[in-house]
Amino acid sequence: MAISTESEFHVLAVDDSIIDRKLIERLLKTSSYQVTTVDSGSKALQFLGFHEDEESNQNRPSVSPMIHREVQVNLIITDYCMPGMTGYDLLKKIKESSSLRNIPVVIMSSENVPSRINRCLEEGAEEFFLKPVRLSDVNKLKPHMMKAKAKDHQEPAKQGPEGSETPEIQSVQPQQTPAQSSNKRKAMEEGISQERTRPRYSGLAVI
Amino acid sequence: MDVVSQLQRQFLDFTTSLYREGFLDDQFVQLQKLQDESNPEFVIEVVSLFFEDSEKLLNNLSTALQQHIVDYKQVDALVHQFKGSSSSIGAQRVKNVCVSFRNYCEEKNVEGCFRCLQQVKHEYHLVKSRLDALFKLEQQILAAGGSVPMIA
Repeated sequence: MAISTESEFHVLAVDDSIIDRKLIERLLKTSSYQVTTVDSGSKALQFLGFHEDEESNQNRPSVSPMIHREVQVNLIITDYCMPGMTGYDLLKKIKESSSLRNIPVVIMSSENVPSRINRCLEEGAEEFFLKPVRLSDVNKLKPHMMKAKAKDHQEPAKQGPEGSETPEIQSVQPQQTPAQSSNKRKAMEEGISQERTRPRYSGLAVI
Repeated sequence: MDVVSQLQRQFLDFTTSLYREGFLDDQFVQLQKLQDESNPEFVIEVVSLFFEDSEKLLNNLSTALQQHIVDYKQVDALVHQFKGSSSSIGAQRVKNVCVSFRNYCEEKNVEGCFRCLQQVKHEYHLVKSRLDALFKLEQQILAAGGSVPMIA
């Protein structure tokens, strides 16, 4: 497996539908993002190393701090309608968390309900996509990730060996390069994937 | 006309009819756009997932509607799922029945729901057999050494 030295964005996709997970994964990988997919909000929080102050839901508490340090998620895209924790609940939890709140969150929904859309945007979602999600929607994600990275760079950034992209806000560029496979990495995914990113400048505001 | 050209012609005609008759909508085109050399089986994989998922949904729907006291919330949740998955692969006619189905759920109209269940089963089987035929044609073209024509 060739390891690209370009800076890459890692997107966490949350959806209870296996079909939609496959679809969003393909859309994101076509846009050259690293992808992890999970099937619930609680698994998303687990993957993000989220800790509740009261009772901890962690099955492997000794592993969580390690996951928290290594995993770098640049954006979370989540379905709205999910059993148990909805996408809105997940959004709230993320925005209430001091360590996670800077990660941009995007909501997807099959239903066009203005009050729902407004509620999500007011709670801090960057975008609200109507399903089925398309490449043109995924093209809107990059500016949010660039902005978040720029915000996290208060101190001099540790650049990767190729001195990758400077953290400036770029205009949306078409990401469709379906024929290109050379710089695509096959991200592992099956339920929760333990995607190990290379240690480099953090996209997460770790406090 | 050689074998490959014949098959390709057949494939194009068949595909066109599927869109014209409303079995598939533009979302299916979007799926094909996501398929490439690095993921040559993408469409068939997604559609296979859809078939598996749909069989389960249809079984669960039958069971749910056969209860003495129908739990309409549950039925609606299942139809919502079916509407979502059919929409995601571009199975337009299936999706449209799901829309009507949800209305009957809201009205708690058991007869309407039963009719919709029959209708959605019917539409599902129609689109499934057509997609199976489409994939078979694709395989025949590839086996004959040709390439599968794309509809822009």
